Amino acid sequence: MPINYYIFLSVALFCVGVAGVLTRRNAIIIFMCVELMLNSVNLLLVAFSKMQWHALGRGNPEAGINAQIFVFFIMVVAAAEVSVGLAIIVMMYRNTHSIDVNFLNRLKH
Amino acid sequence: MVNLVWLIPVLPLAGFLLTGLFRNYLSKGLTGVIGCGTILVAFVLSLLLFGEVRQENFLPAVVNLFDFISVGSLHIAFSFQVDQLSVLFLLIITGVGFLIHLYSTSYMHEEEAPHFARYFSFLNLFVFSMLLLVLGSNFVILFIGWEGVGLCSYLLIGYWFKNMDYDQAAIKAFVMNRIGDLGFLIAIFLMINKFGSVDFETVFSKAGSGASVGYLTAITMLLFVGATGKSAQIPLYTWLPDAMAGPTPVSALIHAATMVTAGIYMIARSHVLYDLTPVTQSVVAVIGLATALLAASIALKQNDIKKVLAYSTVSQLGYMFLGLGVGAYTGAVFHVMTHAFFKALLFLGAGSVIHAMGGEQDMRKMGGLGKYVPVTKWTMLIGCIAIAGIPPFSGFFSKDEILSAAFAKSPVYYVIGVFTALLTAFYMFRLYATTFMGGFRGTEGQAHHLHESPAAMTIPLIVLAVLAVFGGFLGVPEVMAPNAHWLGHFLGPVFGGEGAPPSEVSSGTEWGLMGVSVAVALVGTLWAVGRFSKRPELGEPTGFGKVLANKWYVDELYNAIIVRPLDLLAQFLEFFDKNIVDGIVNAVGSLVQYGSRQLRLLQSGQVGGYVLLMVLGILVLFLVELFTGGGGSAAQTLLPSAGNLPKVH
Repeated sequence: MPINYYIFLSVALFCVGVAGVLTRRNAIIIFMCVELMLNSVNLLLVAFSKMQWHALGRGNPEAGINAQIFVFFIMVVAAAEVSVGLAIIVMMYRNTHSIDVNFLNRLKH
Repeated sequence: MVNLVWLIPVLPLAGFLLTGLFRNYLSKGLTGVIGCGTILVAFVLSLLLFGEVRQENFLPAVVNLFDFISVGSLHIAFSFQVDQLSVLFLLIITGVGFLIHLYSTSYMHEEEAPHFARYFSFLNLFVFSMLLLVLGSNFVILFIGWEGVGLCSYLLIGYWFKNMDYDQAAIKAFVMNRIGDLGFLIAIFLMINKFGSVDFETVFSKAGSGASVGYLTAITMLLFVGATGKSAQIPLYTWLPDAMAGPTPVSALIHAATMVTAGIYMIARSHVLYDLTPVTQSVVAVIGLATALLAASIALKQNDIKKVLAYSTVSQLGYMFLGLGVGAYTGAVFHVMTHAFFKALLFLGAGSVIHAMGGEQDMRKMGGLGKYVPVTKWTMLIGCIAIAGIPPFSGFFSKDEILSAAFAKSPVYYVIGVFTALLTAFYMFRLYATTFMGGFRGTEGQAHHLHESPAAMTIPLIVLAVLAVFGGFLGVPEVMAPNAHWLGHFLGPVFGGEGAPPSEVSSGTEWGLMGVSVAVALVGTLWAVGRFSKRPELGEPTGFGKVLANKWYVDELYNAIIVRPLDLLAQFLEFFDKNIVDGIVNAVGSLVQYGSRQLRLLQSGQVGGYVLLMVLGILVLFLVELFTGGGGSAAQTLLPSAGNLPKVH
């Protein structure tokens, strides 16, 4: 498959994520959109990694390995981030009885 | 003893600190004891020092205390000069100063304790500054004392600071002095520039060869500008009569022991420089003479008893400058000494009169006080005779010495000097006759209140009267008795001459001159007594008398040509500052404030807004990257080619 397909899919996912973050007010949906963006990037990384393995490193076992390791890191960090983010949302719900982010515009005062 | 000379100024300084710092805790009695005691001990020490200095084999000494300023090649030591001239001034300052302190304990007794202590602390500081002034062995130490007396005069003239007029008199004195001080300061800079030192010894020894006459003239003229400020000469004399705002003993202190004699001392001390610059000498003589005449003429028509004395001081200081200008340094210093005696006496006497009159200073409301205040009357009479120059009282000898030296220089000086002496005798006895003779013209209440002052006030009067009578015998002229001029002999080593000042006129002429001045003084005295004892001048003066009573309108002139333009300039600058400078500053301030207020609105707190801005920012960066063609990113080097992308399997 040409690399372009992966790129288009990944960009489409990313744009969906961005649009979701920008337009939705529900904290959980925003959170999911952020994850979507993260994963679109993961997809892209894996695609490029495979592409590079094909292009340069057929005989070289280490070709394209960096991006794959990077993806694992991102997944681990994302897991940690999810736990923190969900905890924040829980706290937010306890305080405001809502998960609408527009209620949280009071930091400035 | 010479090495302990520092004790003399330190004692009044200690008195100043004690009474000043503990003014809220000290009783009046204790304050008086500290204030007078320190000066008395300083006087005793000065006497001991004098005993040492008067010995035949005494050599002038410079006592080094510590290094004061040391920069590059300039070294200024904090050191004291002990020689005949400074010791003589020490005696005058501490002696007369002590009597004035003693007098003050009684005169100021109605003040509250903290203010009483404040008064004494200032008085002690005044004496300290003056002692520093005469003891300093270089011009910088002299200048410190010089500034100190200026400050103290300000503090004491404005002692009753709740009265705005008094405050203004104090400010006037300070500003006038500052004008003179600037001249002095520039003179010091010129000295450092030329001689690399401010020590008397170095400067005087280098003066003859190290500098041109023009340069020396500049230095001496600037020093003289300083002296006109401090010693109240034309054109800076107007502060001294206004200085009467202070308590009367302060006037006595300023006029007799401290402050105004500083200028005389400074010029006498730097006589080496003046001897080299005849032009300055003439200027000093002419200014002195003009001041003497002008002040004497003003004194003729003053009705405030202290104002008359103030103008007489200005006039007598003019005589001293005449003496300095014609080279009669011993005569000038001699006149400083006798003047200290009789002027302190007259001021303290006037204070006693004012005390008796319950604060009244206008002579027109006095009259016939002689029988109520006998001690004051007799001592004042002695003071008047002394200042009028009638032998054998002290003023005669010193004034005569100056006048005969002036005659030797130019008969014109002499004629004007004698005419001034006539005026002096006239106005002093006008004061005496109006105050003590005739009938009482005050109110009923004042008549009831009249009484002689307590002993603390009369004893200084009596002591000073004795000094005013006999002080003149320290300088009997050569023609009367050979080798009797003790003062000339004593000061000989300083002014470079042995024994009496060399008489430049023949003995016959000198007898003649004396005869003339005595006759003139007697004429003035008798004329004034005859005219004012029965019919004192009560009405407002008219014609020329009005000009004199208004002091030749000099204050008005100064106001018109200096104060008023300065005031206008200040008003303009105030306008400029408030509207233009402040306007620019305020505009910058409000611009920033307005801008911040508008920018603050961006911080809405809406998370979506921030994210949108972030996304837009990233987009912009992408677009920039795209259109500028992207310079050397890592992806391009890694990938084989952008056009032929490989496939993923």
